[in-house]
Amino acid sequence: MTQISNTPSVDTIVGGYQKRAVWRVALVVAAALILFATVVIDVITGPADLSFWRVAKVILNPSVATTKEEVIIWDLRLPVAMMAVVVGAMLGVSGAELQTILNNPLAEPFTLGLSMAASFGAAVAIVLGWSVLPGVGALFVTVNAFVFAMGASLLLFLVTRMRGANPETMILMGIAMMFTFNALLAFLQYGASELQLAQLIFWQLGSLARATWPKVAICVVILAIVLPYFLSRSWALTALRMGEDKAAALGVNVNALRLMVLAGVSLLSAVAVSFVGAIAFVGLVAPHIARMIVGEDQRGFLPLSALAGALILSGTSILSKAITPGIVYPIGMITSLIGIPFFVSLILGQRKRHWQ
Amino acid sequence: MTLEVRGLNFAYGVRPILRRAGFAPLQSGQLTALIGPNASGKSTLFRAIAGLLKAEGTVLLGETDLATLSPKARLSRVCFMPQFFAANAALTVFDVVMMARKNLSGWRVTSEDTQAVAQALHEAEIGHLAEAYISELSGGQAQMVSVCQALIRNSEVYLFDEPTSALDLNHQLRVLNQIREAVAERDAIGIVALHDLNLAARFADHLILLRQGEVLAEGPPNDILRRPEIAQTYGVDIHIATGPKEDLVVHAYSHA
Repeated sequence: MTQISNTPSVDTIVGGYQKRAVWRVALVVAAALILFATVVIDVITGPADLSFWRVAKVILNPSVATTKEEVIIWDLRLPVAMMAVVVGAMLGVSGAELQTILNNPLAEPFTLGLSMAASFGAAVAIVLGWSVLPGVGALFVTVNAFVFAMGASLLLFLVTRMRGANPETMILMGIAMMFTFNALLAFLQYGASELQLAQLIFWQLGSLARATWPKVAICVVILAIVLPYFLSRSWALTALRMGEDKAAALGVNVNALRLMVLAGVSLLSAVAVSFVGAIAFVGLVAPHIARMIVGEDQRGFLPLSALAGALILSGTSILSKAITPGIVYPIGMITSLIGIPFFVSLILGQRKRHWQ
Repeated sequence: MTLEVRGLNFAYGVRPILRRAGFAPLQSGQLTALIGPNASGKSTLFRAIAGLLKAEGTVLLGETDLATLSPKARLSRVCFMPQFFAANAALTVFDVVMMARKNLSGWRVTSEDTQAVAQALHEAEIGHLAEAYISELSGGQAQMVSVCQALIRNSEVYLFDEPTSALDLNHQLRVLNQIREAVAERDAIGIVALHDLNLAARFADHLILLRQGEVLAEGPPNDILRRPEIAQTYGVDIHIATGPKEDLVVHAYSHA
């Protein structure tokens, strides 16, 4: 090209990119700071009289805590607050990557039937008393939920291996699974006793009340394994958003990438759902928020989806305690209640810019 | 360096797409136009050369049989720009070109990388689109981004599948000039699939005519465009004239 007109200089183009890169980092840092604040607010929300700064100090330096503060903050409330953060991040990441590999804005563990499969697994344990794996003791509800969620993922996995299977096939298969497990769950509910029904409904609504440090640790370990893998495949996942053809031409093994990401997402969502029950909308909404703010370059999209998921669930945890003092509402109930209007406003306000 | 294709066969199920498709060695520094009617197998031939589908036959780059390379190694030597660009993502033009520059690896973006991408966008005269999402681009703009994304890669072979199909006249000439200059400067082998025989005549050093998966003719434009196979293949009457700059002008008429 000899004559170049009407186009900004190279320095201007570089400046624009650098400004956006700095903005992206600043957003991630800001989201992380807000998340820390919500964790502290989550801990102070409740009957005991604790101040924001005192709790922040005890979290950052546990040695300054009194015995009472240690019990309330470290033993009772922080595991719940941290579970909200980690599970929110797991669901945010799961939704982001499912939407990426399936090229569908409605993909998330819930809409693909993984959460419903986990609910059915838990129902089998609660109503029939059957444990899929022997020798797991009191954890059999959680283990059943995990095994069924992984089983459902495996089924999705096998569909992707089928000749001619495409993202649409996977989505339809996921919806079919969701309805199948829903129907099976209804069968179990129909024959359940009142006590079992109460347990089942509580589990289906999702709750952070059973959070413990070992459960938080398991979630952190799974997230620490899967998230870095996803981050390492950032360019390939970003390329996939330009279409399979384009990604393949750039050297992405599309089928292998889909399988690996589906395996990681299955692990994340199965573990999350098996510990806290079915929580809808976090996996769906968090990636949409991240996408609106930083776009779909996975280098910003993935961390921000994780942070958005963590923020949503942490905020919901606060709300679940603040609505009626002394009562902790099931968290899944709140996410659905807030999620639906939020999601509708998101769709209507988005001007259909993407996913057309 | 030469690119030679010998006896490629490929079928979707029982429907053959490529039938012993092959051509004599193409020379580096030259631009070849792959011409032929719709569904003649042009895109499939490109995919087979790039290794994106498994076809029977041989593709030789110099002395190397490309089948012996890993898919990634093959795609680093053969750059393929597909015809369709799913431009519905919230990705900026800058990032889309950057991902090709980074060859999908490494998080660290150096100042050399940013300079190279900015320079490529500037030269392609799409610098003003750098921070726009690809979902906001027109079809023509998306096609120019796609060409820019291909040209920022350092490959030995460049395959462009209809790179000008969505462009206006001015941009068709600009993009094909850009491709021809890049191929010549890098001493690479370039093949462009084109429907417009005038553009093929103007920009290509060599033509390959494809019909129903078979190579019917190959050679210099002045020779190929005058052959009766061209008119037979397209089902039209063709008249070749000489333009004001001594270039070939193709006039096509429907059979009355």
